[in-house]
Formats: sequence, C-alpha cells, structure tokens
Amino acid sequence: MPAWVQKVLVLCTTWLLAACAGRQSALDPQGLQSGQIRSTFFIFLAVSAMVWIAVVLVLAVGMLRRKRATHTPLDLHEGFEQRAGRLVLGLGVATTVIVLGLSFVSYAGQRNVFAKDEHALTLKIIGHQWWWEVHYEADSPHQSFVTANEIRIPTGQPIKVELESADVIHSFWVPSLTGKMDLITGQKNELQFTAKNAGVYRGQCAEFCGLQHAHMAFDVIALPPDEFGRWRDHQNQSAQSPADQLGRQGEALFRARGCALCHNISGTLAGGQLGPDLTHVGSRTTIAAGTLPNNPATLGAWISDPQHIKPGNLMPKMPLQSNELIAILHYLEQLK
Amino acid sequence: MSMAAEKNQLRDDVLNGFQLSQQLERIWRTPSGLLGALMSVDHKVVGRRYIVTAFVFLLLGGILAVLMRIQLAGPENTFLSADKYNQIFTMHGSTMMFLFAVPVMEAFAVYLVPLMVGTRNIAFPRLNAFSYWMFLFGGCFLWISFALNVGPDVGWFAYVPLSSLQYTPTKRPDVWAQMITFTEVAALAVAVEIIVTVFKQRAPGMTLDRIPLFVWAMLVTAFLVMFAMPSIMVASTSLILDRLVNTRFYDSSSGGHPLLWQHLFWFFGHPEVYIILIPGTGMVSAILATFARRPVVGYPVVILSLIATGFLSFGLWVHHMFVTGLPQLGAGLFTASSMLIAVPSGLQIFCWLATLWDGRPVYRTPLLFVLGFIVIFVLGGLSGVMVASVPIDTQVHDTYFVVAHFHYVLIGGAVFPLIGAVYYWFPKITGRMLSERLGRWNFWLAFIGFNIAFFPMHILGLIGMPRRVYTYTADMDWAHLNLLSSGGALIFALSFALLLINVVYSARKGTLAGDNPWNASTLEWATASPPPPQNFDRIPVVKHRDPLWADGESLPVVAGLSAERREVLLTSLAEAEPQVREASPEPSIWPLLAAIAMTIFFIGSIFTPWAVLWGTPPMAIALIGWFWPTGSKEDEA
Repeated sequence: MPAWVQKVLVLCTTWLLAACAGRQSALDPQGLQSGQIRSTFFIFLAVSAMVWIAVVLVLAVGMLRRKRATHTPLDLHEGFEQRAGRLVLGLGVATTVIVLGLSFVSYAGQRNVFAKDEHALTLKIIGHQWWWEVHYEADSPHQSFVTANEIRIPTGQPIKVELESADVIHSFWVPSLTGKMDLITGQKNELQFTAKNAGVYRGQCAEFCGLQHAHMAFDVIALPPDEFGRWRDHQNQSAQSPADQLGRQGEALFRARGCALCHNISGTLAGGQLGPDLTHVGSRTTIAAGTLPNNPATLGAWISDPQHIKPGNLMPKMPLQSNELIAILHYLEQLK
Repeated sequence: MSMAAEKNQLRDDVLNGFQLSQQLERIWRTPSGLLGALMSVDHKVVGRRYIVTAFVFLLLGGILAVLMRIQLAGPENTFLSADKYNQIFTMHGSTMMFLFAVPVMEAFAVYLVPLMVGTRNIAFPRLNAFSYWMFLFGGCFLWISFALNVGPDVGWFAYVPLSSLQYTPTKRPDVWAQMITFTEVAALAVAVEIIVTVFKQRAPGMTLDRIPLFVWAMLVTAFLVMFAMPSIMVASTSLILDRLVNTRFYDSSSGGHPLLWQHLFWFFGHPEVYIILIPGTGMVSAILATFARRPVVGYPVVILSLIATGFLSFGLWVHHMFVTGLPQLGAGLFTASSMLIAVPSGLQIFCWLATLWDGRPVYRTPLLFVLGFIVIFVLGGLSGVMVASVPIDTQVHDTYFVVAHFHYVLIGGAVFPLIGAVYYWFPKITGRMLSERLGRWNFWLAFIGFNIAFFPMHILGLIGMPRRVYTYTADMDWAHLNLLSSGGALIFALSFALLLINVVYSARKGTLAGDNPWNASTLEWATASPPPPQNFDRIPVVKHRDPLWADGESLPVVAGLSAERREVLLTSLAEAEPQVREASPEPSIWPLLAAIAMTIFFIGSIFTPWAVLWGTPPMAIALIGWFWPTGSKEDEA
C-alpha cells in the first residue's frame, strides 16, 4: 500500500471517528438507552449493507456476463424463465424471514429502551416557544424548584421526564442519552433514561415548532450523585440578596424596567411566570435556550436586543440606559 | 338512433388508409386558435400541458432546495432569515409532493395510458381538462401567495396546533390547506379517468394479463389516490374550519386532539409515497423491457407486488408517529407492517435483476437512469427498514437521517425513473430524439451529485442534526458535511439544467424519431410520433403481451367504428371483448369556466365562509353549461 493511501485512510478514519463522537451524537452513546439503540442500529446496518452489496454485485455481474445469442426479444429460454421464477419467489421468502427477524430484534430493543423503573428521579419538562421549563418535583414543596434550559441529573440513576407543552408540539431529544419523545399539547408523555458517564450532553427540539425552532436547545449535565445532591440543595434555596450597591440597584431596576413581569426570581418580589425562571441564572452555562454561552458580554447583548439574536422570541427589547444595563447584568451574574 | 341512420353512418371500413386518416384527424383535432386551445379535451394536449406544468414546479421547487442548501452550507449563515427559510422549506415540500411528484406521474398516465391500451382518448376527457385547470390554478395560487409573502411556513405537514389560528394568525396555513384541496380535486379526477380507461377502453384482446406493466402501475396508483386523498381532504377542510369558523377538531382544550391531525395526515401521507413510487416502478418496467431486449421476468409477480404494495401502504402510517407516545406494543406491530412492504418491493427488484441478467442490455440514457434507480432506491429502501424500527426511529426521527432516507426513496425511486421516462418517451411526444451525449452527462451528474448531496445527510442525522432548522451553531461539528452536501446539491442542480437544455434544443433540432425508435413492444409505439389526434387510424387487436414484438409491423385491427363522429370502443373488463361503440365528448370551454368558478369559490372561502354561499351559483351555472344537452350526436349515443 503506497504511503499516501495509508495517510488518506488514517485521515479518513480519524475524521469519521471524530465526526461520530460529540455531545449530540446517537453514535457516541453515554446512556443505557442510547447504547441499546446503537446496538440495534448496528445490527440493522450490517444486514442492510450486506443486502445492498449483494444487489449491486448481482446487478454488475448480470450486466457484464456473456449473453446467449438470440434473434428476437421474445426468444426466451424456458429453463431460465422457470429457474428465475423459483429464485425470485425464494428470495421473496428470504426477504420475509429477514424483515420478520429484524422486527423481533427491533421489538427486543424497544422493550429495553422503554423499560420503566419505579424509583426513577422525576422531572417535569414543559416546552415553550422556544425554551424549556424544568421542574424538579419532590414530596415536600421546599425540595421542589424550577429552572430552565439546563437539566442536571445524577449518573447511574434512572431519570423519568414527564413531558408537556405550553403551546405547540415540541420534541425532547438528547441523542447521547436516549431517543426523542414529543411534548404534545393536551397530552402527558414520559421518557426514562439513565446516564452512564458524567458529562455535558446537548439536546435540541426535534419537532418543528415555529420561527425559532433552530434555537431551542438545552444541556443535560450528568454529575456524580454526591455532586448532584449538592447542586440540588443549592437550587432549592432562594436567590441571595445582592451583596453590593450596584447589585441592589440592579435588583430594583429588574422590577422597575418590567423584567419581573415575566421572570421569576425566588425570594424576591419578581414573580413573573411567562419567561424562564432566573433564580439561579448566574450558574447556568448558556442563555437563550442554548443559543449563546452565558457570560456578561453575551448576556448584555441579549438583554439589550433579544430580537437581534433570536428574532421572533417573546422577550421585548427594553429601553435601558447603559448604566442601568450594567446594574442589571451585575445583579443577574450574582444569582449563582 | 334509428336503424336507418345507423346504416347511413360513415364507417371506417369503407375508407382507404389515407382518406380515413384525414377524416379522423378532422374529427379529433383540437380546434385552432387560443379559444380552441382552451377548449381542448385531447388527452395528449392536456397530458403535455400537465407534464410541462409539473416540470415548471419541479424547477421552482428545485430552486428553493438550492437556496436552502446555500443557507445551510455554513454555520450561522444569514443568507436567509428564519421566516424566509421556514416558508421555503414548507414551499419546497408542498411543491415537490403536491405540485410535482403526484401530478407529473398522473400527467404521464394521462398522456400514455390511452395510447398504451390502444384507444382514442381518455375516459371523461372534459373532466381531464378540468383536472388540469384545477391543478394549474391551485399551483399558481400557492406560488403567487408565496411571492406576496403569504407562503405557508408551518411545514408541508402543517401540524396543529402550530398551524392553528392561535399560533399562526396569518393567512399562510389557509393558503397551504386550500392548495391541497385544489390538487385533491385534480388528482381524484385523473384517478377516476385512469381506472375507467383501463377497465373499459382497452383494445380488443388486451386481457388483464396482457396489460403493459406501466398501465398496471398507474391503475394501482389510481386506486391509492381514490382511497388516500379523501383522508387529507377531510384533514385540510377541518383545519380550515377550525381556523375560519371556530370549530374545534384539533383543539385539545375543547375535546379535540392534535394527534387526530397526524393520524389523518399520515393515513394519506404514507400511501402518498407509494402514489409517487408505484408509477416510478411502472416506468422502470417499461424502460427495462425495451433496453434489456426481453420482457420483464415474472410479469404476474410484478403485478401482484404492485397490488400488495398498494394494500400494505395503508397499514403503516403510524411509523410517522413513533415518538408521539403511542402504546409500545401497537408501535411495535407497525414496525413489522412497515418492514413487510420490503417484501413486494424486493420481489420487483429481483424480477428486474433477473431481467437484466438474461437480457442483452443496450446502454442508452433511459437504461442508465434505471440502473441508477436500482442502486439508489435499494439503499433508500434499506434505510427505510431502519426507520421502521421503533428504537432506531426514536433517534433518527425528524433528523437529517430521515431527510436522506426519503430523498433516496423519492428521488431514487421516482425521479430517476421519471427522467429515464423523459428520455424514453420524449421521441413519442415530440417526434424527436433527445441528445444521447447530453443524456449521458445528465445521468452521471445526477447520479454523482445526488449521492454527494444526500449521503452525508445520513451521518448528519446520526450526529444530531434535526430537520427544519434554518441554521446551526459553529460548535456543532456539522459544517463540513453540510458544505459537502451543498456542493453535491449544486452538481445535482446542474444535471437538471442539462436536461432543460437538452429538451429545449432537441425539441427543435433533435434527430427525427420515427414511430418506434427503440424497437419497443407496447402499443404507443404502433402509431406516429407525435401521435395524430385520433391516436390510431384503426384500433389494434392485441394477441400478445408484447404486441409489437410478436406481430411486428402488421398488427391486426378492428373495423366498423364511425368515421364521422368521435367514437371509442368499449370492451369487457377481464377479457377485453368488444362491447359498445361509445361517443367521446367534443372540445368544450365549460371545463375551464367550471375550474375558474371553483377557484373563486376555493380562494374566497379562506377569507369568508360566505364564499360557500355566493361561490356556489357560478359553479352551478358552469356545471349546467358543461352538461347541457346539445342535441348533438354524442348525446344520442
């Protein structure tokens, strides 16, 4: 094999592997369910590849082989017609056997993927145009809290998500962990999955839901159980009061400039329910449903003109002086 | 009609060949002038218009596809806004499905079926003209709306509640839903004509087991249309009612349900795929027999496969809804039923492979497209087996994997045979051959461009790219494959530009074809190219499944049809024994007027429910005019 061929092969393989890995890839499973689905997929892929190659080979040989001499198109060979007829029917039977076999493989995989665990940690997720509302529910109210666009889960524990929609149909999809399930208006769906490894897995709405369907993403952050416990305890707490003068000014402006009409910040007078809950917004990794990383620069750009970044979303552009914007930013950054 | 008059009538057996030809042409020709053209009821004239119009919509839909590929070529591209992109992908899907794929197949049937079964015109020729006008007006309505920025933007599937008045308070979904109604009317009309033509107007002796495979395919398709289209008609009409007069079919807060829409839509939507695919397989069978220089192996197997596909296609719509939270066992059963359709499809493929194996292939452009079809369609069928599996589908549903899958099936399964069919039947329709040199370029650009454009989409879907996103962020690792795909799309688009050049050039300068340039076996090649208005001077008698190969130039013919009025021969359903001489309608302007009245009614009714009231009288007048007894010969027959 010439050296350059090897080089190209190595490059291609590396590139393929790199392409299939990733934080939103069904081929790089990090959960029990996604692993099961990939196994089923590979069985189907192997059977399909063999069938396709066989068909193309028969086609090629059929075209290239030496042909018997005939005079007219109707000069048929009786023996061939009979053999061909039997062969076609035999292949038909073989096809039936293959698809029935694959149906059973599929159903076995399906049962594993959709197996239910009674002791799963339950989350409720409500789809909105175009963001995700996430409820952590527990038996006691002070163990329950609401967050948005970021789902933290413990590794190794089955998670049950109850899926509802506040408006149109959305679809909850985290390919690294499991397949998707729709959030349907007027219906409650549920989905269970278990993350095997800690990591950040991106998810995205998979059902067309209007203008900004492309910008409706979220992160699932799988944490070791003890770390998850600490995060959960922290999320249960109300927002801390701002520590400095600028922060207090920001808190006042948050109410005075209308932000509080739509956004809730627990422990303060801000109690709006239309937009994402911002009680711990400073600790989230992204803003605008996975559209931008969360840092003062992007958050500032978002607040000063949300319609530029994500046209059509429900957050209006608020007329803010630059010092007011700085105060609000400072306040939000503290909401860890 | 009295016996005396019957005796005095001029029959074709008293005229010699030339006189008869002249006489029949005078009776059957489309009147001259613009008014004459608008009155035409000749299936060849209407079929030609249908084909050309459908290809114009292909061109428009293709331009939209290129625009989308430009937008997606790189991350965070701002070539198209979200609003434009959503309109464009909706328009692309709706145009390709409703204004190109289904109509173009019906258009070929309108042109070819009467010739292939050896009759002088399609059954219900005025209905046929009406069907074309409805199709044309519906298509123009959609595209003019798009030009006015009222193009639908809720997807070609228009899922509620996104398409409800609450979430899309513009006229856009109404335009979509009513365009569906136009194309429904057009498609149902053609389906009825095809069924009656095939059942009652076959040349004497063309028993059920001598019907050409393409005609069988169109017959099965016509039945699919008859049973699938009413479902979407109910769906689109109830959507308009929800939006216009506050009914609550799909409103979950009032006892309706959004999933009702999905069931109705896909009960139509999945057979729709086979309404597009089955004619493609018919074209493949026709082309293959001619260029492999032998009849297709397993004629009865192919026909039974077509019929089985037709039946099965109604039992697998739920595989479009695997992630809507259906009961698991039920979903699993739909996996099996969906995969089972691989059996009849597979049987057809095996028959074609055997045909090529034994045949002596002549590698002209139509055959190249058929070979490309086999390679691409089998791959698309196999990825179809994958998406039929519930667990696999939960990952790939609504991703680019599915986009890749159905383009492999629809372009591979229907468009490749269709382009092959254009090269194959162009000489019959125009009398001139398409350039073979350009044809080869056309094929290879299409084959290579298609695979570069669509194969990478499988991988894109598996690595997480959802459908219907107008852009994606740079950190998603999708940029390279998208760029590759966009490059392929441009090559693919170029192949269609070559086809267009070839058609325009060859229609004027192509070499003359003669009656039967490919030495094919079916009846459409037994008449002149292009065929005269009467199709055949004397109706042939069929004694073999491949009449032109069995009887050569000297087909036996029927004598005794009228030579002074439009007359077709009706034959019995199974054995095609002559039964009745039946009058065939004269040209008429009323189908056009009825279509105009209906267009006003349809478009008006998305603005006000009162259109149902004031829109009805003009339609009634047009229909009364259409059916008004004229005391002419045809009414007495």
